[in-house]
Amino acid sequence: MLKKSFFFGILCLALWACSEDDSGGPASSGDSFDRSAMLVNWADNIIIPAYLNFGGTTQALESAVASFTQNPSEATLQEARSAWQTAYIAFQQVSMFDIGPAETVFFRNRLNTYPANTTEIEDFIASGTYDLSLPSTMDAQGFPAMDYLLYGLGETDSEIVAFYSTNASATNYTNYLVNLAQIANSLTASVVANWNTGYRDTFVSNSGGSASASVDKLANDYVFYYEKALRAGKIGIPAGVFSNLPLPGNVEAFYKKDFSRQLALTSLQAAQDFFNGKHFAGNQTGKSFKSYLDYLNTIKNGEDLALLINAQFEDARAALNLLDENFVAQIEIDNSKMLNAFDELQRNVILLKVDMLQALDVNVDYIDADGD
Amino acid sequence: MGSPLAKYLDKPTEAAPLAVFRIFFGLMMVGSLLRFWANGWIEKLYLEPTFHFSYYGFEWVRPLGAFTYVIFLVCGLSALGVALGFKYRLSILTFFLSFTYIELMDKTTYLNHYYFISCVSFLMLFLPAHRYFSVDAWRNKKLAAYYIPSWTIDSIKVLLGIVYFYAGLAKLNSDWLFRAMPLKIWLPSNYDLPLLGTILQEEWAHFAFSWSGALYDLSIPFLLLYRKTRWFAFAMVVIFHVLTRVLFPIGIFPFVMIVSTLIFFDAKFHHRILLFLSGVFRIGKEKWDAVLLPKKKEKTTSMVKWVVALFIGIQFLLPWRYVLYPGELFWTEEGFRFSWRVMLMEKAGYAQFKVVNPATGNYFYVDNSDFLTPFQEKQMSFQPDFILEYAHFLGDQFKAQGHGPLEIYVESYVALNGRMSQPFVYPTVNLLNQRESFAHKTWIVPFQDEIKGL
Repeated sequence: MLKKSFFFGILCLALWACSEDDSGGPASSGDSFDRSAMLVNWADNIIIPAYLNFGGTTQALESAVASFTQNPSEATLQEARSAWQTAYIAFQQVSMFDIGPAETVFFRNRLNTYPANTTEIEDFIASGTYDLSLPSTMDAQGFPAMDYLLYGLGETDSEIVAFYSTNASATNYTNYLVNLAQIANSLTASVVANWNTGYRDTFVSNSGGSASASVDKLANDYVFYYEKALRAGKIGIPAGVFSNLPLPGNVEAFYKKDFSRQLALTSLQAAQDFFNGKHFAGNQTGKSFKSYLDYLNTIKNGEDLALLINAQFEDARAALNLLDENFVAQIEIDNSKMLNAFDELQRNVILLKVDMLQALDVNVDYIDADGD
Repeated sequence: MGSPLAKYLDKPTEAAPLAVFRIFFGLMMVGSLLRFWANGWIEKLYLEPTFHFSYYGFEWVRPLGAFTYVIFLVCGLSALGVALGFKYRLSILTFFLSFTYIELMDKTTYLNHYYFISCVSFLMLFLPAHRYFSVDAWRNKKLAAYYIPSWTIDSIKVLLGIVYFYAGLAKLNSDWLFRAMPLKIWLPSNYDLPLLGTILQEEWAHFAFSWSGALYDLSIPFLLLYRKTRWFAFAMVVIFHVLTRVLFPIGIFPFVMIVSTLIFFDAKFHHRILLFLSGVFRIGKEKWDAVLLPKKKEKTTSMVKWVVALFIGIQFLLPWRYVLYPGELFWTEEGFRFSWRVMLMEKAGYAQFKVVNPATGNYFYVDNSDFLTPFQEKQMSFQPDFILEYAHFLGDQFKAQGHGPLEIYVESYVALNGRMSQPFVYPTVNLLNQRESFAHKTWIVPFQDEIKGL
């Protein structure tokens, strides 16, 4: 009889275990690395402050664009441009956090799909009817489209100002530019609001080890950002790494020209700071991939991966610093330096995607199939 | 024919354990196919990818568009037929063929437990699992039997024994036993489990899990065979598989193994299960048994005996084929599959393909996400046969796009069991000049470390 009830007991245990419930419980304290604390550091000290900062710049951009279009002049154009630059730089510090509300609204794609599709933009302006929430219009909005509208419409500043004042379609140009600035600001405001009203807690409490847990998801987003948006988008694609010939037209901030290196460097710095858990404001650091790797290394006694990754970040930065501040010029003068920068960035893809994700036991994206 | 072997082959045993095995196996397959479907995996794994990785020699097995759903439907219905014992031979044949077809469509999804299911269903083709407690036996009194040859049940025990024992042998290597790898990587990420979470951070726990896992796999077939240790062994089976289910994303496999090992129990135990089922479905089991009991025993045709013997023989030998290849098995994976090497290593890689125009020296890199799903890319990045097949696919692809003569190289890095990533394929080898075969792949960079053991 005892045997039977024991059998029944373990069968129940088996049934319980085989039911598909792997919701993450609360984090345990103790000696183990506290993933929850890492999520809190990410959310409260890095992600939300970065978004708040970016939100301020999109707010300023919206007003600068408004004053420029209400009163078009070379001086107000400069102010709008400067607000655009500030915002574009601040964007590099949030772009990698493509999770939660940002993921829902396709934040990165709506704000920074480049090259801008100028034909489509001109068509939209000419017709005055468009729906920028459609996925097909990603390349007609955001910073790249504003880049075109603020820098690319004419040869000289006065020519550009004319598009918003004396041009037959001046109203349409004005409306479009205003619209883009408004969308950028409202998208950012909605993401910030979401983080502040609930998503922060969702994010922090989802501290489990499953594929849908915050650490695993953001680790994937982070590596994806580094590989696709930074390494490929900013350097590899324009340098022609993925095509037969270089594609200088695909440089970020193509019309502003002497801005692409600064954007790339900001993005790289943001990626490294996030890796090290550095607070957005100040030099303090908190729990991060780095400290997680250090913790796991005390178990594994392996090579100091965090050290190697940081060293590679430095090498990549050195390679970027060798480039002209205008990547279009760099590609035309000496593309080999671009290729070199790509290779340096590439080395960290391997360390981050293969070595770091393996050490953290994070599975590569969205694979919910069984293992054995 | 008085030899011990002939005697053994004619020895009868009660049919109940095999009937229970058939019913549970069929039902679990129905369940797992429904789960597969409900999770959207048919769409995601077989319909969404534009390219599929084929097994060598089975390139003709491909997903068939929307018709793929029909294969799953046929597979599910035949599994139900197996459970019911309805047109059993046809059902199990259909199940074996459709299930194996599904598994052959894309080797990205290879799992040992899928292979196990193919093996079991192939074996069941030759077993009289429908003689007792089945629709067939109910409809055809001549077929019905209370006794079947004892070897038929033993063959399943042997197959299960092979799975465990070989999984145990595979763990007898220095990474598993002396570095506690890959458990040292896998266990700490379960930090959020109640009670266990903290323990799983400890190095002694990683070693304890590694050693007891190996010991479990090696000893469990024998503990299950021996009557006095059987209940203990079964408790171990449940605890072991429940743990693996809790710790790893392992799907329904633990459940399949727990239920399968019931076959080691004697007929009395299975009669109780059947009695319970009879109660639920209001089948008069006792009346049936009374009719069947006096029936004389069955003889097996010699062809069937030969096929089963050959099959079991292959099962014993196949996992050893890796010794024919030079190099580290975990690194090259030559002879790795179909060998019950389960949960044995943590491997990840990165493969960047370079398309070169030999005339001009111009080159470009391939964005793998243009052709592969993230799952396929992950699996491709550390398995040489995937890398080669994909390289040829890229060659065809870019030739068709009019890129003219071209060469394809790969820059790849692989990390194994927590070691730093190392170059995996010689970046100077034009993969288009290499052909898939059973021969050793000389273009794999040798493993820069040593893993001792089997």
